[in-house]
Amino acid sequence: MKLILNEEQQMLRDSAKDFTEQRTPVTHLRSLRDNSDPQNWDKEVWQEMVELGWSGILIPEEFGGSNFGLAGISVIMQECGKTLTPSPLLATAVIGASAITSFGTDEQKKEYLPKIAAGEITTALAIDEESHHAPENTNTSAKLEKGKWVINGKKKFVVDGASADVLIILARTSGVKGENTGLTLFILDAKEKGVEVIKTDMADSRNYANIVFDNVQLDENALLGDQEAGGEAADKILDNGRIALSAEMLGNAEAAFNMTINYLKERKQFGVLIGSFQALQHRSAEMFCEIELTKSAVMAAMQGADENNNDLQRMASLAKSISGETLHLVSNESVQMHGGIGVTDEYDIGFYMKRARVAEVIFGSSNFHQERYAKLSNF
Amino acid sequence: MENLETFRAEVKEWLEENCPPSMRSGTAVDASTASDEVWGGRKAVYKNPDSKLWLDRMGAKGWTMPTVPKEYGGGGLNKEETKILNEELWAIGAKQALLSFGIWMLAPALLEYASEEQKRLHIPKIIKGEIRWCQGYSEPGSGSDLASLSTKAEDMGDHYLVNGQKVWTSYADKADWIFALVRTGPQEPKHSGISFLLIDMDTEGVSTKPITLISGKSPFCETFFDNVKVPKENLVGEENAGWTIAKALLQHERNFISNFGLAGAASGSGGGNDVVSLAKKHFGEEDGKIANSIFRSDVIMHKMKEHAFGLTLKRAGDEGGKASAVASMFKYYGTEHNKKRHELMIAAMGSHGVGWDGNEFDEDEKNLTKAWLRTKGNSIEGGTSEVQLNVISKRVLDLPS
Repeated sequence: MKLILNEEQQMLRDSAKDFTEQRTPVTHLRSLRDNSDPQNWDKEVWQEMVELGWSGILIPEEFGGSNFGLAGISVIMQECGKTLTPSPLLATAVIGASAITSFGTDEQKKEYLPKIAAGEITTALAIDEESHHAPENTNTSAKLEKGKWVINGKKKFVVDGASADVLIILARTSGVKGENTGLTLFILDAKEKGVEVIKTDMADSRNYANIVFDNVQLDENALLGDQEAGGEAADKILDNGRIALSAEMLGNAEAAFNMTINYLKERKQFGVLIGSFQALQHRSAEMFCEIELTKSAVMAAMQGADENNNDLQRMASLAKSISGETLHLVSNESVQMHGGIGVTDEYDIGFYMKRARVAEVIFGSSNFHQERYAKLSNF
Repeated sequence: MENLETFRAEVKEWLEENCPPSMRSGTAVDASTASDEVWGGRKAVYKNPDSKLWLDRMGAKGWTMPTVPKEYGGGGLNKEETKILNEELWAIGAKQALLSFGIWMLAPALLEYASEEQKRLHIPKIIKGEIRWCQGYSEPGSGSDLASLSTKAEDMGDHYLVNGQKVWTSYADKADWIFALVRTGPQEPKHSGISFLLIDMDTEGVSTKPITLISGKSPFCETFFDNVKVPKENLVGEENAGWTIAKALLQHERNFISNFGLAGAASGSGGGNDVVSLAKKHFGEEDGKIANSIFRSDVIMHKMKEHAFGLTLKRAGDEGGKASAVASMFKYYGTEHNKKRHELMIAAMGSHGVGWDGNEFDEDEKNLTKAWLRTKGNSIEGGTSEVQLNVISKRVLDLPS
C-alpha cells in the first residue's frame, strides 16, 4: 500500500478544492444558518456536486457511477471539511451508496443507485438510540407479522435524517440489547406510514433528526442484506463513513490550523507579532506534528479500504480516533490563539470548533474507537 | 529488470560464500542494539574473528556504503541495486558489518563538501572500517546554542593551532579521528566564524575523559585540545564556512535518532519486549485485556500514536523524502515517543521496572532500567525537543522571530 494519492485522486482533490473555495467558502454555511434554512444544505450546490460526479463515486458504472473508490470521495470530503461545506455527501454518497452497493439485491441496486448518482434522492442511516454510538445496543424491533415486517422504536442523531428520502435502519430481529447478533438492516421510504421525523438543531448547524417508528409496516423485500447479518453489515458501512468523516475532520483541522497560523503572523500585541512568542510557536509546532500523523492515518485507512485491507476495522478506528483527538486539540487551540475574536460569532473560527465537536461524536467518539482498536489488537 | 535479477543472483551467491554463518543468526542489528557491535578503527578488538572477516569482505566490496561511487571505495550501486542488496542481507539475517559515525554522518558530508583529495583519502577508510570517527560539536558552554562554540583554531601559516574543549563526543575514547567545529573567525558573527576541521586523535595535545551517565554507562566523553597542531589540508570547505556543513550533518543525525525503536510501527505491531505483553505479565489479564484499566487506556493511546507515527515515516518514504525541516518533526516526535514508551514499560513492570543490579532481577529487567534512563538523552542530543519545535515554527510554519 502506497501512502500517496494517485493521479485520479489528485485530480478529484484539485477539482474539489476549486469548487469549495469558489462556491462554498464558510460564508455559505453562515448564510444557511442565518436564514434558518430548513434543510441545512443547499439544493443547487448539491446539484452542482452531482454534476461533478461526486454522488456516484462509490457507485458501479453500470448504475451510473464512476466507482472511483473511498479514497476518491475521501479527498473530496477533506476539501469540504476545509470550508465546512454542508452537503449530503457523507450520508448519501458515502453511506447510502456503499450500503446499497455492498448489500443490496439487484433489484434494490437498480431502484436506488441510479437515483443516488443522479442526485434524485438522498439517504440517511439510522443506528444510534442513546446518547453514545453503540450499534449493539439497538432496541428498535422488527417483527415479522402476516408477511410484513413491523418496526417499532426510536432512532437518534440520524445524519441528514431531516431531509432524507430513503432511510436505512438497523433493527433487532432477535436477541436482546447489547448483542451484536440478531440485528438486521432495512431500507424504506422516509414517507412510509408510521415514520415520524423530528428535526434536531445541533451546534454545527447541519441536518439531523430523531426518528420514531410506530408500527411501520414493510414488505419482505425491505431487508437490506441478510436477515440477522445487519450488525456486521452496518459495521462495514459505518467504517466507510468513519473513514470519509475522518478525512473531513482532517480538512477541518488543517483549515483551522492555517487560519490560526496566519492570524499569528498578523496580530500584534506588546508591539510585536504574537507569532514571535515561543509559548505559541511550540504549541503550533506540536499541532503541526499531530496533523501530520492524522494525514497518515487517514491516508492509510482510505487507501486500505480500496485495497480491501484485512486490517481495515483497526485502520478505520485509528483514523477516526486520531482525527478526533487532533481536531479536538486544534479546534480548542485555534479559538484560544485567536483571543477575544475567537469567541465571537462574527469570526469563522468558532464554526470550525462547533463542527469539530459534532463530528467527533458521529459514528463513535475517540473513546469508542480506542476501545475498538484495543480489542482488535488484544491490548 | 533482467539486469537486476542477474544482480540479485550474484548478490545471493556472494553472500552465500562470504557471509560467515555466525554473522547470520537472528535479525539484522540496528544501531541502538548493544550486543556484538563492530565499529572498526585502529583500536578495534574483535571478540568474534568472524566479525572482522565479515567487515573486511563487505568493506572490500564497498557494500558498507553501497551507493558511494567506486572511486571512493564504495559499492557504486544504484538505488534499485542497493534495495536488492538490503533485501538479500535481510533475508539471511545478516548482521550489520559496520556501525559507524563515519558512514552515517561524515562521509555524506565529505561527499558534498570536501575536496577531491580529501574524499579519496578519508572515505575509503570509513567504508573499510579502518578509521573510527567521532563528532566534536557540543561544548560545555554551547549546547542548544551550538553556534556560540568557542574552541579556537588559530592560523599559524601552514597549520592551525587548536585549543578548547568538546563535550558529548560519543565514543571519543575509542575513536581515531574527530570531525570538529572550531572557531576560525573570532571577529565574525557567530555563524560565520566557524570551520569544519578533521583532527587525528593521536596528535599531541588531544585527550579524552569518559562521562558516566545516569544509566551508569559512558558512551560519551569530554575531549580536550591543548595546543593541537592541525595541518591546513584538514580543513573541509572554506574557512569560516563550516556552519553549512554542520547543519547538513545534523540532519543526518536527526534522521538517525528519530528511527530508534520503531521497528514494525507502520503496521501497528510490537515486538516481544512490548509494553502490552509486559503489562499483561505484571498487571495480569482479564478477558484478554490488560487488567488495570487506567494503565490500559494510556497504553491504547500510546500504541495508536505509534501506529500513526509509523505510517507517517512510511508516508514520508512514499513521498520520496521531504524537506529537511520535516526531519525535525521526526526527531521531536520519535524521541518523545520513545521516552514515553520506556516510561510505560517500566511502569508496567512496577518494582521490576526499576531494578538495578543483583540476581533478583533478570537481565532484561536490569537492561530496561538502563535503557529507560538512556532515552532521556534522546530528546537532548542532536538538538533538544525544544530546538526541534523552534525549527518547525520557523522553517515549516514560517512564524516570525
